[in-house]
Amino acid sequence: MGKTLNIAPITRIEGHASVSIHLDDTGNVSDARMHVLSLRGFEQFVLGRPVEEVPRIVNRICGICPWQHHLASNKAADECLGVELPPTGKKLRELCQMMAYIPDKILHFYFLAAPDFVLGPDADYSVRNVVGIVGANPELAKKVVHMRYKGQMMLEKFAGKVIHPIAGVVGGFSKPLLEEERKEILAGIQELKDFCVFTIKFAREEVFPKYLDAVKILGVFPSGYIGTVRPSDGALELYDGELRLMDQNGNYDQFKYSEYVDYIGEHTEPWSYLKFPYAKKWGQLKLDENDPVGVYRSNTLARINVCDKMATPMAQEELDIFRKAFGRPTHLTLLYHWARLIELVQCCERAEELLNDPEITGREYRAKNIQPRAGEGVGCVEAPRGTLIHHYKTDDNGMVTMANLIVGTTHNNAPMNLSVKQAAKALIKDGKYDQGILNRVEMAIRAYDP
Amino acid sequence: MTKVTVAEEWLNSCSGCEIAILNVGDVLVDLLVNNLDFVHIPVLIDKKYFGQTGEEKELSIPEAVVGIVSGGVRNEEHKEVLLEMRKKCQILIALGTCATNGGIPALLNMYSDEDLKQFYYKDSPTTDPADYPTEHIPPLLDRCYALDEFVKVDLSLPGCPPHPDWIAGAILALLDGKTDYKMPERSVCDACPTIRESKKGIEDIKRLYESAEFDPEKPLNEMRCLLEQGLLCLGPVTCVGCGGTKGAPRCISARVPCRGCYGPIRKGAKPLVDYMGALASIGFDPNKMLDRRGYLSRFSGAHGVLKKLG
Repeated sequence: MGKTLNIAPITRIEGHASVSIHLDDTGNVSDARMHVLSLRGFEQFVLGRPVEEVPRIVNRICGICPWQHHLASNKAADECLGVELPPTGKKLRELCQMMAYIPDKILHFYFLAAPDFVLGPDADYSVRNVVGIVGANPELAKKVVHMRYKGQMMLEKFAGKVIHPIAGVVGGFSKPLLEEERKEILAGIQELKDFCVFTIKFAREEVFPKYLDAVKILGVFPSGYIGTVRPSDGALELYDGELRLMDQNGNYDQFKYSEYVDYIGEHTEPWSYLKFPYAKKWGQLKLDENDPVGVYRSNTLARINVCDKMATPMAQEELDIFRKAFGRPTHLTLLYHWARLIELVQCCERAEELLNDPEITGREYRAKNIQPRAGEGVGCVEAPRGTLIHHYKTDDNGMVTMANLIVGTTHNNAPMNLSVKQAAKALIKDGKYDQGILNRVEMAIRAYDP
Repeated sequence: MTKVTVAEEWLNSCSGCEIAILNVGDVLVDLLVNNLDFVHIPVLIDKKYFGQTGEEKELSIPEAVVGIVSGGVRNEEHKEVLLEMRKKCQILIALGTCATNGGIPALLNMYSDEDLKQFYYKDSPTTDPADYPTEHIPPLLDRCYALDEFVKVDLSLPGCPPHPDWIAGAILALLDGKTDYKMPERSVCDACPTIRESKKGIEDIKRLYESAEFDPEKPLNEMRCLLEQGLLCLGPVTCVGCGGTKGAPRCISARVPCRGCYGPIRKGAKPLVDYMGALASIGFDPNKMLDRRGYLSRFSGAHGVLKKLG
């Protein structure tokens, strides 16, 4: 008689999920699934709201990446109302996105992912956490807390709210950046950049090498990838560009946001509230870790795989090192952590570029004379967990009549399930398992987190 | 010094409240090292409900002196976790407006789950129509609830998210043995430095695609009240505190109007009725207001405040 292990809640991720691992009577894994337990219904309850209010509602989809939802939603609302943004408004939004990314990536690497690497996946749960990190390296831990806090507070001071933002508005931004604010933020960003460059070097030289064996086997399977690139040169973009959907061999389609419905379909399984997006052109979704069909991944590793280059010089140096070691595309799931840090360097450099751009302090930061109208818009940005797609329709009064959302975690639903299944099958044999082994299964999920 | 044990859970939530806890900042490391012993907190610690190898049948959370719960209650699992937290914790804190009033997700209380599922699993432009999922997932409750609709809450810290000042304040008060920590029962306007002239004559309410008038070089106390400028601002009927114990309201700092994310000023207040009065007092006919429920109950749809349409 087989049995089921019910791993709940999945921990050190941002969200609600559980894993069930089904063992047959020989104690081997017959199936393993990740269940998403929540259905909040944003698509439904934005209906009937004025479209310009929606960016202040849908930011509550995620407390980790509220800025990205806020901005994707603003873009969709701009399009519904037919608004062209002044360059300063666009740049202020992008600056905020970069500033939001920096503390988030620091948080994820040191507080959520690092306990598995620094303390080890088999360490007892009572120390395998941020408190354990503080104990193992108190000086570094203090610095991490301080740098993350500084990043958050700089953004809050400028934009009013850092969690569940309000400063992105239809037509642009709600206020300009003053020269003295610019100088202060630039100094802070330079300090953060130094810390982030230290972080990737530290990770590359002292953290990852010990786990390269695990990297090569845990949760690994071939898949496609989605990400945003700059149309002119294929550089990795986080704020605005075109979507690129790459198959497991590296061939890709590149398309505009509004064309997403031609490329992405969504499938439902009876055992999860969350749907399973798949690449329509590759055939009907098949959740088989040895021969997946239609499965593509989003988030950092995906973006690093689909891009031709990084958009900034130091990040490019890091990409060169990464590609030399792992090639393109690489399917090694734990490399999400490494890819995350390459993006972190780009975020710092891009923020610095924007702050040195004379237009950033411009006084035309918001379009005027906006009128409600019937329209349709698809707004996308890259969030920590992956591509956000916000698609709205409005009536003559600018009220929302349809909202279709595909968010980062949703793109990764199929791949997370395959990684869980692959990891569970590889690690649990003949009824032998312990909390260290089960934690390794969770590590396969943690990789996909923000 | 003995550490105080703390358990934390999130229900129908977004994790913004947990990030707000981290935004307590540098003090947090000292608290973690010296004062607080987190025995359960899914975002940071790998403590499991069904034993560490997932073999137990009953959901269990360790005992703690302080329990913190964010998010509202929307499905059977949220309810089970909340009841377990109440059973195991001496003092229960409702953290954030979802926990105290339902928050943004309680906007769903205006709609039927059938409509939601019909769109999400059948009609959406990208979805292959399918039967609704039912296996190994907790059934949804009939609506979205606040915590105090199921259990006794000892301390409420609303906010979307709550300001770290109040989180730190509550923790420090509890460490000091005080269990009566309370948010002030005043409105956002009370902390708002903008100029109010109390002149009547607003004919039309501006929507959010229109800008406030202000000189960016000048501080908030030289900007005219946004409501008096004709922008719909929920400040008069919203609990103060978003700027922390001392700061100005945060939306106003970004030169945009308040949307009520701290919930009503006091328990049992009727923001909808009060706000109609506030609008009338500046000369605007409240019946002309668009999407009234979506503005005035945006964060407080639990407790039966928002009901299904028609």
